Amino acid sequence: MSERVTVAKTYKLFIGGKFPRSESGRVYPVTDGKGRFLANAAHASRKDVRDAVVAARKAFGGWSGATAYNRGQVLYRVAEMLEGRRDQFVAEVSAAESLATRRAEAVVDAAIDRWVWYAGWTDKVASVLGAANPVAGPYFSFTVPEPTGVVGILAPQKSSLLGLVSVLAPALAAGCTTVVVSSADRPLPAITLSEVLATSDLPGGVANILTGRAAELGPWLASHADVNALDPTGAEDRAELAREAAGTVKRVLAVPAEEPDWTKRPDIARLRRYLEAKTVWHPMGV
Amino acid sequence: MPAFEYAPAPESRDLANLKPSYRPFIDGEFRDGGGEPLKTLNPATEEVLAEVSTASDADLDAAVKAARKAFEKIWGPMPGSERAKYLFRIARLIQERSRELAVLETLDNGKPIRESRDSDLPLVAAHFFYHAGWADKLDYAGYGPDPKPLGVAGQIIPWNFPLLMLAWKIAPALATGNTVVLKPAETTPLTALVFGEICQQAGLPPGVVNILPGAGDLGPKLVEHPGVDKIAFTGSTEVGKLIQRQVAGTPKRLTLELGGKAANVVFDDAPLDQAVEGIVNGIFFNQGHVCCAGSRLLVQESVADEVLDKLRYRISTLRLGDPLDKNTDVGAINSREQLGRIRELADSGEAEGAQRWTSPCPVPDRGFFFAPTIFSGVHQSMRIAREEIFGPVLSVLTFRTPDEAVAKANNTPYGLSAGIWSEKGSRILWTANRLRAGVVWANTFNRFDPAAPFGGYQESGFGREGGRTGLEGYLDV
Repeated sequence: MSERVTVAKTYKLFIGGKFPRSESGRVYPVTDGKGRFLANAAHASRKDVRDAVVAARKAFGGWSGATAYNRGQVLYRVAEMLEGRRDQFVAEVSAAESLATRRAEAVVDAAIDRWVWYAGWTDKVASVLGAANPVAGPYFSFTVPEPTGVVGILAPQKSSLLGLVSVLAPALAAGCTTVVVSSADRPLPAITLSEVLATSDLPGGVANILTGRAAELGPWLASHADVNALDPTGAEDRAELAREAAGTVKRVLAVPAEEPDWTKRPDIARLRRYLEAKTVWHPMGV
Repeated sequence: MPAFEYAPAPESRDLANLKPSYRPFIDGEFRDGGGEPLKTLNPATEEVLAEVSTASDADLDAAVKAARKAFEKIWGPMPGSERAKYLFRIARLIQERSRELAVLETLDNGKPIRESRDSDLPLVAAHFFYHAGWADKLDYAGYGPDPKPLGVAGQIIPWNFPLLMLAWKIAPALATGNTVVLKPAETTPLTALVFGEICQQAGLPPGVVNILPGAGDLGPKLVEHPGVDKIAFTGSTEVGKLIQRQVAGTPKRLTLELGGKAANVVFDDAPLDQAVEGIVNGIFFNQGHVCCAGSRLLVQESVADEVLDKLRYRISTLRLGDPLDKNTDVGAINSREQLGRIRELADSGEAEGAQRWTSPCPVPDRGFFFAPTIFSGVHQSMRIAREEIFGPVLSVLTFRTPDEAVAKANNTPYGLSAGIWSEKGSRILWTANRLRAGVVWANTFNRFDPAAPFGGYQESGFGREGGRTGLEGYLDV
């Protein structure tokens, strides 16, 4: 009896809650560590970046305006969905990063736990970073953290899932919406993560994930006037991106030259950098 | 209606202890600078106040070197509790010499003595007091235990609040353990150099604070100096973008406080007389030379005529003239160049079809003055609604619904400040929540305090000054 032929999947982009092919029609082959063909990934173009920024901007009002409690619930739901697909992620991370199953399991578990950690921050960050300001006058003055806006993320090139989650989750927990360019050579876990996000009550457009080359797409994100912050972790020519970003006074995350060890316990530095402080004053009196 | 006539009540300029010449403050002493000397003017009379020796490249090197040495040998390792005491001393010395500094500030800048005396100087002292207290409490600032300073901070400040901007920059830098090289603006270096004397009187170790007067070319040199770890800049968005480009790709940290085009939103249920006071304060304070000035007035259509009538009446009572006169409300524009920019933008408002109204107040025939001006019938596309004028010019637009007010207020690449006028608390909070601005004043305007973080969204810059949040820009976290 012949072995069953598996159903191969066509991997696509994730923009505005939908899964389109690249506008350019381009794809590129993805292989595992030994060079065996895994799938074709969509090769996102400048137009895909622009579409994703439009989707992220459209989603910003709803996501940033949702209650912190609601955002936390949605992000926790992502962790639930990740857990449900654990085996699939283990297989994909194992193939993408040439990891033994046991190592891949640890990476996926860390990614799920990281998501839970950030989910819990949504309704705490205001009380940790905000303030009632004791001003010298009859005024009520308070400072609240607010999301910076649309964030462009060039995801880590090596860590295809844990690295991606470590850079995406803080932006979402802060209330920002995002356009992510995944690892170029290891994009499949990112696409599967899109499927998780699409089924996690995350409003369409809050996270947009593009597969493609950071070197090609990064400059468009860095110079886009409707992108408020840039995380260049997965980019090579960061100085050039930072210069592009200066044209719109974009926030550019300071990231280490080498890809960090994502298994280390995170702190709130990334979360903090996606937050603006708004100070509101009102007179006190009768 | 004519204003009450008051007899002139000028503050004595002798209080300023004005000297014929001023020199850079490097490594704890005043030295002749090797740069092209400059003359600083009194913008109210166009007379030369003093000659200022400026810093050359060698002076810049010496200052950075002194700051590095002071950081590594003395100021960085010093316990926070000891640093605090120096900052407290400086705060007290500023209070003691506040009258002198206020008069000197007004002579050099052109701002009314009423403002330098009652607003600037008390805030300058308050910033040193506030940050002095942080120096030995940084473990509690929320950045983890024992957060480290960055090193040598290069600081570039504008001419609109010369001493206040110095305090905003130097106080947090020193409290967190950094040393500084500060470049005051070309047109207003005097009080910064007197601050050097205050550092000496406080016994501050040499090199901790260095003050380098100079022209526009000194700024970029300070920014790119390899011995500088952090750049803090307050000024125009245009220059801020250049600095961000310059710093890109280097390990230098950067905070920017840039321009604004603040919307002051007046709802139909606002206390209109209070609102008018707030609007006047928002745009004519410091001749409108305020990055967070309320330069776009958004009035709900149903009360627009009434607000405009009240505004014109109130503005016509503002007294423009000698900044040293305690009765003066609106002083001199800081420089001929700035006056030219204001005139050019105001003319563009007329050319683009807005209706111009200018206060009938008498204008001195010497010095740089611009009478308070309002444009009505302004559209969002006009230059006077989009570009920062940085002068006593108000653009008035109208709206019908709260949603429209928010949309118009946010229709700018800037995001520094905003005002809201309404008697309804829920409407104020709804609006404050939606405005994309770093500071929102509700039923008040232009309030500042060292305990309240200040800074912008978007192209108004990044980083905050003041409060716990403001410490972050000077810590390696």
